[in-house]
Amino acid sequence: MGSQPRLVEVRKNVLKQNDLAARALRERFRAAGVFVVSLVSSPGSGKTMFLEKTLTLLRQNYRVAALVGDLATENDAVRLARSRAPVKQITTGTLCHLEAAMVQAALEGWALNQLDFLFIENVGNLVCPSSYDLGENLRLVLISVTEGEDKPLKYPTIFNSADVAVVTKMDLAPAVEFDWHAAYGNIQAVRPGMQVLKLSAKSGDGMDEYLGFLTERLHELRATAAASKENVAHGLK
Amino acid sequence: MHELSIAMSIVEMAEEEAERRGDVRVNAVHLKLGALSGVVKEALLSSYEMACEDTALQGSRLIIEEVPVVVFCSSCRAERPVSSVQLFCCAECGTPTSEIVQGKELEVVALEIEEWAHNPV
Repeated sequence: MGSQPRLVEVRKNVLKQNDLAARALRERFRAAGVFVVSLVSSPGSGKTMFLEKTLTLLRQNYRVAALVGDLATENDAVRLARSRAPVKQITTGTLCHLEAAMVQAALEGWALNQLDFLFIENVGNLVCPSSYDLGENLRLVLISVTEGEDKPLKYPTIFNSADVAVVTKMDLAPAVEFDWHAAYGNIQAVRPGMQVLKLSAKSGDGMDEYLGFLTERLHELRATAAASKENVAHGLK
Repeated sequence: MHELSIAMSIVEMAEEEAERRGDVRVNAVHLKLGALSGVVKEALLSSYEMACEDTALQGSRLIIEEVPVVVFCSSCRAERPVSSVQLFCCAECGTPTSEIVQGKELEVVALEIEEWAHNPV
């Protein structure tokens, strides 16, 4: 009586729910004209200090805000609040990464069109966040000189999901005999052509170039949006 | 370690699909797993067993097809494998390339199903 087992085709992306939520976020960011940067790094790479400095400096000329993912504490949000930019904590509990739905929930009620930049600090982890699209315009992977030059070789997937790499704590490079050329070479090996910036959030060295890079990207985004609006207007004539 | 939540999504997806096809029994789930998916095969397999517990998929198998990274090499003007995930160069000519054609898959491609031997009450 029993029927034969049979194979049926399905073809479904396992992360479809996340991808749909990320797509909705991306559309919301685009409509609001806000440039969204997500940060990924290992625990202890100096992500919070880096973000605090970024927010403080950008805030002089731009409207900025941040979401920070943390497993259990609100320490990061408290530290970032010193930048006087609006900051909201996403406590992930035991979850090792942020998902698009968590970003959606955290942004509920936010007037994103009042912002130029929104930063999303992921949980400190170079593995899990690589699978989850958050709808961001730019994914920035941060490594510090104290972690060694081979981080990119150990975590190639996160480098492949990121758009730009930043090497920080450069002020400590001599003390830990950090080999910049080796680190740069390793990044290029796992992601040929990737732009790499080096800086020290503490001393401020290299921050200008990095902030210039971000503001240039914001202006590009605005120019593209203006051009497409103009095209639509022409189309209506 | 996000494999458990991935495994739970797979089970949920298979359950929905089985229900849609008239409440059939799922013997196996076939999955494509890219080398750049960010998911570890072994961890996913053990998580899958856990995720199946007390669901209609208990006892089913997860069959993983690993998908290697393929890039488009601008020198060869062809799709080529890479030397390794640590060295994104065309395995044929050595040109560095980051134009990924495949390797990010995390996709349920098929289900092996059959009618329940006797109707579950």
